[in-house]
Amino acid sequence: MSTADSSSFAMSSATQIAAQIRSGQMTASAVLENHLAAITARESEIHAFNLVTIDQARAQAAAVDAMVAAGQDPGPLAGVPVAIKDNMCTRGVPTTCSSRMLEGWRPPYDATVVTKLAAAGAVMIGKTNLDEFAMGSSTENSAFGPTRNPRDTSRVPGGSSGGSAAAVAAGFAPISLGSDTGGSIRQPAALCGVVGVKPTYGMVSRLGLVAFASSLDQIGPFANDVADAALVMDVIAGHDPGDSTSIPMEHPSLTAAIAQGVEGLRIGRITDLPGGADPEVEARLEEAFAALAAAGAQIVDVQVPALTYGLTAYYLIAPAEASSNLARYDGVRYGMRVPASDTNSMYMATRHEGFGPEVKRRIMLGTYALSAGYFDAYYGKALKVRRLIADDFDRAYQQVDVMLTPTAPSVAFALGAKTDDPLAMYLCDTYTIPSNLAGHPAMSVPFGTGADDLPVGVQIMAATLNEPVMFRVAAALEAAAGSNGNGRGGQ
Amino acid sequence: MSEFLIDGSEGGRFEMVVGLEVHVELATATKLFSGSPNRFGDEPNTNIDPVTLGLPGALPVLNRQAVEFAMRIGLALNCTVQACTFHRKNYFYPDMPKAYQISQYDVPLNVDGWLDLPDGTRIGVERAHLEEDTGKSTHMGGSGGRIHGSESSLIDFNRAGVPLVEIVGRPDIRTPEQARQYVTELRAILVAIGASDAKMEEGSMRVDANVSVRLPGGELGTRCEIKNLNSVRSLGRAVEYEARRQVALIEAGERIRQETRHWDETDGRTHTLRSKEDADDYRYFLEPDLVPLAPDQAWIDAVRAALPALPAERRASVAGMTGVAADSEAVMVLVDRGQDHYLCQVADAGGDPARALIHIKEAFADQGEQPLVEAGHLATLTQMELRGDLTATQAKQVLAEMVSGAGDPVAIAAAKGFEAMDSSALEALVDQTIADLPDVWAKFCAGEGKAAGALVGAVMKASKGQADGKAVTALLHSRKG
Repeated sequence: MSTADSSSFAMSSATQIAAQIRSGQMTASAVLENHLAAITARESEIHAFNLVTIDQARAQAAAVDAMVAAGQDPGPLAGVPVAIKDNMCTRGVPTTCSSRMLEGWRPPYDATVVTKLAAAGAVMIGKTNLDEFAMGSSTENSAFGPTRNPRDTSRVPGGSSGGSAAAVAAGFAPISLGSDTGGSIRQPAALCGVVGVKPTYGMVSRLGLVAFASSLDQIGPFANDVADAALVMDVIAGHDPGDSTSIPMEHPSLTAAIAQGVEGLRIGRITDLPGGADPEVEARLEEAFAALAAAGAQIVDVQVPALTYGLTAYYLIAPAEASSNLARYDGVRYGMRVPASDTNSMYMATRHEGFGPEVKRRIMLGTYALSAGYFDAYYGKALKVRRLIADDFDRAYQQVDVMLTPTAPSVAFALGAKTDDPLAMYLCDTYTIPSNLAGHPAMSVPFGTGADDLPVGVQIMAATLNEPVMFRVAAALEAAAGSNGNGRGGQ
Repeated sequence: MSEFLIDGSEGGRFEMVVGLEVHVELATATKLFSGSPNRFGDEPNTNIDPVTLGLPGALPVLNRQAVEFAMRIGLALNCTVQACTFHRKNYFYPDMPKAYQISQYDVPLNVDGWLDLPDGTRIGVERAHLEEDTGKSTHMGGSGGRIHGSESSLIDFNRAGVPLVEIVGRPDIRTPEQARQYVTELRAILVAIGASDAKMEEGSMRVDANVSVRLPGGELGTRCEIKNLNSVRSLGRAVEYEARRQVALIEAGERIRQETRHWDETDGRTHTLRSKEDADDYRYFLEPDLVPLAPDQAWIDAVRAALPALPAERRASVAGMTGVAADSEAVMVLVDRGQDHYLCQVADAGGDPARALIHIKEAFADQGEQPLVEAGHLATLTQMELRGDLTATQAKQVLAEMVSGAGDPVAIAAAKGFEAMDSSALEALVDQTIADLPDVWAKFCAGEGKAAGALVGAVMKASKGQADGKAVTALLHSRKG
């Protein structure tokens, strides 16, 4: 295969690939080989993957081709390569969370999303890099080295799902899955110039997602365009009896919703939004409002005062849950073990060497926040703020259908720029965290560029289960920005 | 209720205040949050799965049957069943694979009930909540199976995730006997409603005792929690020892330290396990992997309606039928064995309930709820006794044959040659005995109790066991004039 072939395949959308494979115009094996060629060409400089599952992917692709040859329909994602964030369990395939702690562990089961993707004909191409246990905003906290931004390899891809965002941006896979606890899908999507979706909490099963903060974690897709993101959502959404927090309902097709336009929709502009975004980012947001107004939507000013406290509440709630979720890693039953003279020393040595500094920082923060004597002042108060944010959102959604904010305060920053300043890193998630606290859906859509011609993302936030309207707005923004997501907004 | 006070110096008399926390394993088919079998005694680490092992990515799904069994317990203990939540209780122990236990904290399933002891004392039940059991550690190479000083430990996760209900009793118990009665009665209820097999020896029922002492009517004292109570007998001994230990400390002018203590069956004492200062900070928070549990009224009503008659009610019914006291040993044992329904069958077949009760209690200990002896045959036996066809001694012999499968008591009695002696034959035997033993007869007439026994025994021997002891005694007295 020539390089030209691979890049043309690689830039095809999942929707097109699946259509052509289902109709027999292309084979899944050929599509896979072209994406593997793209990986071979650039993975050494990007490091999107912890593991490329070549053999398993070839077998899956061959099975898809056999089905087509036998006149059967492999499903809506027939032969589409998909990259999976390495904190989702894959049976028999190492699942590391980019932590030394889980090095070598092979889960005995697939996450529900992995099962659903395979049932829809998708071909898993590999496991992508992340900030250790999904804690971070740059993918620099990976125990296996950082991922680099395909748009500028001196920059971070964002995080924690930086590997999945970079895999799509680099053309290694047309779609990927990430997980979003405080912005871990949307922020890297913005920094890499792709679409990223954080669904309503409970819309996508968490079964098999290695927990960071269970009440906030949600799996969602990365894609090159809104239609592909909708296609993946239609496959992975739905009730799972194995996840007690999964919403027991049928979800309407988002693929069907996106063509409906935005005429008459009310788009919220948050007038008391916490500041701090780059001027170019602010400018793109204004252009996004203008574009939607031009497409027939109405722009409405709203206030969501509690947003100011979101970051603080998040950095108590998420570490608190993490301190509990990560207590099980003791070196006894699976993963890494550091030998020591007695059992207690073994536990301590294992946890000391197995976890990186950011994970340890959050375990300590969370343990403290839940401790007797501090619970009310920290964790208890954070829960009240969480309630306030949800209440403020509810009031705002009586006036508007969706709200727009920047996804991230800046474009992709240089590797190492924020690694010595955890607070500066935490501020990357100012705009994304409130949706997680409220359990609401939100997504990032590329909308022009900012400093150094790097991509800017606009975040669309919606009320619980209002994904159909959120996707209509996303499609309108995408149309305004230009089909490849790189054009200046509003032109 | 019998009084139990511990003497102190200067006339002070202390009372013990005991509250019991009882953990029972529910008799569900599968675990509380996963589909692995809930079965005691299987090969170690065979009833396990990702949830049981706390593997990354595994999620709990609540077992409906466990909720129903927990509701049965709550309703049988007169609790209010309410919408409730689950919390994580975080602590680190090798046999707890997630490093937290899913339990209920501030809003449990069952609250504010009570249990009436057979002696009529009402013991409050503060709550009865659902939680998961831990795995089981076996410490090798040390002394006495304790972790301290052991060379290695083996962990069996078969028990991890088994559903438990923790029943927290109020500190209403005042005597060792009440403590024993509480656990015995609770066990009887749990077995009757099918919620648990409640075997203390297998660990499916585990009792911790909170013990303090005070002057009657005074303020509650500092309590100590006693663990490792493996039998009802140990419980009684341990709370009594602990109460006396605390009184001795107070008398010596020392303060009671709040601590957890270990009952040592061999030396009959409690020993410090850990003080309150060493207690874990459990960092409870709402379990984010589960949603609130809100049983609707229809479900609660259905569970209540399906509850069987409880032991207290069944004992009252047996007492009414037999005229024997409800808290007598015979009635307690009968209901405990579940043989009260069989007693009704015997009564329905025309048997004498009081005599049948004694026979069942004494001869059917290992026969289960439905003894193999036909109810009609036991009824016939009691009729034969009533008519005087059989003496008590003969009836026992006939019953022994019936138990070993011989069937009809009439045929057995005939085969053994048991026939009621007619009164003239018996009178002749009595007169002959008096004539044979004039010295004994003289003593009998002088009122010596032993002489009566010797005379009756001699008549019985002469009759080859066919004489009715009561009739003989009556005849002897009539001869004395």
